[in-house]
Amino acid sequence: MDMQVAKKKLGLKERYAVMTRGLDWTPSYQKMEDIYPYIAYEGIKIHDWDKWEDPFRLTMDAYWKYQAEKERKLYSVLDAYTQNNGHLNVTDARYLNTVKLFLSGISPLEYMAHRGFAHAGRQFPGPGPRVACLMQSLDEIRHAQTQVHAVSNYNKYYNGMHDFHHAHDRVWFLSVPKSFFDDAITAGPFEFMVSIGFSFEYVLTNLLFVPFVSGAAYNGDMAAMTFGFSAQSDEARHMTLGLEVIKFILEQDPDNAPIVQRWIDKWTWRGYRVLTLVAMMMDYMLPKRTMSWKESWEIYFEENGGALFKDLARYGIKMPKCAEQIALEKDHLSHQAWSTFYNLAAAANFHTWMPDDDEMEWLSAKYPNSFDKHYRPRYEFWREQAAKGNRFYNKTLPMLCQTCQIPMIFTEPGDPTKICYREVDYKNEKYHFCSDHCKEIFEHEPEKYVQAWLPVHQIYQGNCFPEGTDPTVEGFDPLAAVLKYYHLEHGRDNLDFEGSEDQKNFAEWRGQATKNI
Amino acid sequence: MAVAAVTKYEFEPKDKLENFHGNQLLYIGWEDHLLFCSPFAFPFPPTMRFGDIIDNVLPGAFGYHPDFAKIDWSQAYWFKSGKPWTPDFDKSLADNGLKHKDVIRFHTPGLQGIKGSCN
Repeated sequence: MDMQVAKKKLGLKERYAVMTRGLDWTPSYQKMEDIYPYIAYEGIKIHDWDKWEDPFRLTMDAYWKYQAEKERKLYSVLDAYTQNNGHLNVTDARYLNTVKLFLSGISPLEYMAHRGFAHAGRQFPGPGPRVACLMQSLDEIRHAQTQVHAVSNYNKYYNGMHDFHHAHDRVWFLSVPKSFFDDAITAGPFEFMVSIGFSFEYVLTNLLFVPFVSGAAYNGDMAAMTFGFSAQSDEARHMTLGLEVIKFILEQDPDNAPIVQRWIDKWTWRGYRVLTLVAMMMDYMLPKRTMSWKESWEIYFEENGGALFKDLARYGIKMPKCAEQIALEKDHLSHQAWSTFYNLAAAANFHTWMPDDDEMEWLSAKYPNSFDKHYRPRYEFWREQAAKGNRFYNKTLPMLCQTCQIPMIFTEPGDPTKICYREVDYKNEKYHFCSDHCKEIFEHEPEKYVQAWLPVHQIYQGNCFPEGTDPTVEGFDPLAAVLKYYHLEHGRDNLDFEGSEDQKNFAEWRGQATKNI
Repeated sequence: MAVAAVTKYEFEPKDKLENFHGNQLLYIGWEDHLLFCSPFAFPFPPTMRFGDIIDNVLPGAFGYHPDFAKIDWSQAYWFKSGKPWTPDFDKSLADNGLKHKDVIRFHTPGLQGIKGSCN
């Protein structure tokens, strides 16, 4: 009888070497610059790709196994949540607007991140970063899918999320996250890695995911919470990749530092402007709050980020200079953002409302330097008017910032009573900005931002009406036509939460679950 | 500075005057009234009389505010691109020197918003 010889198993390190770097080869028929055409033009100098460290040493087969197991667990929780009408256990139907914001504003970015990492991975000649990018690319498309699945249960019952991807590409405020990511993905592979891999995934991610996931947990949204836990191990890997990218680039050549610093300055600001949406979500949209935007900025950026930039000082990297302005804005950001959505509630895919008395107290306690003085009088006026049946709907289109595409809502650093206006003349055209930082980003690469698809200007150019619309007919209602183009139904998907179909249905269904009616 | 790129990187501005079907954009802000979240953007023909904006357009945009009815336009003062500027209400936008994507704002002395809070 033949003896079976036990196969020698490879150790983790060897296995990793064989399954990643061992798959690489040096081309002999083609020139390296033809195979990797985008690697030099950004000015980053890499001398030795093998210096790339792989902190996780994950191979593709192991990746597949771990992720499959995680998703099995995630989907069984989602099924149980759905079968038990879990949606009726959220704190309050107002919470669902957070879900709408996340699905239309953030989930499509996960898909773009998938594309971005796939592209960056393809362009890097080093097998280490290539494999890491491939895995992150797969993570991102999984996250897009699992988020859509986690939220789809809500879509059966509540309004505004039925066509989230269509909305993402069209609705005015969604051009803010969309243009942010389009800016990153149209940069070169190194800038993409610094923008998304480092600035977003490492420096700012805690300000995005922690508020949404802990907000979900605090408000009884088991679907989003479970998704968050499932994604956590991936996020840890993304953060490590982001930090590794920065250290690798900086260690390769001292000439890289000024380029990287400019990218960090730009992308910290760009990312922070997108987080305006998160700030208002934390302070206004979660019926049960986790912490204030200001507190979370102080913990996750000022403390943690402060330590990070101290660590990077040895490479000559400094704290981005926008941090000073952000510190001045932290008392105002969420209030200015929520006021904007309250103004423009007729054109959004979620509901807004005025905080009640308890919530006003909370805001005033969390923002003692700003709330009572600047925002309470505004809210009390709006509340009084709404009580008289005169709810404020601002139907005039706002002026937008050319770079971040947010309406010009931000006030002068240090003076919360004056709107901050900045402008630049470039090739006989005028461009306007919300801040010095958005203006500087434009001035460095004007050709990139002159192409911006600014929703307000597109509406005025007649590009945001359903096909066949004639805007010259008498009695033409532009808002109605724009909402049709957005696939939003007036009176159902938009306007105030008070009196909305979501509010009525939630109260009725929860009543059926808890009372004998 | 030029965009770092592998090839020529030049694009037409998306918001050129000719894309607005005979209109030009004008941005208008009201100082000390942050109840309105941002300045407004309007498409106007360059031949439009400036005073028609005051009479026919601004009431729809700013009229919700109780201060609006109290404005004495002869006392209001204006800024264009942040610098003092005096419009002639009877002249057209073009004759007032207003070009595509200009930004103007007006200050209404004595009116400082809800309870003087600049709202």
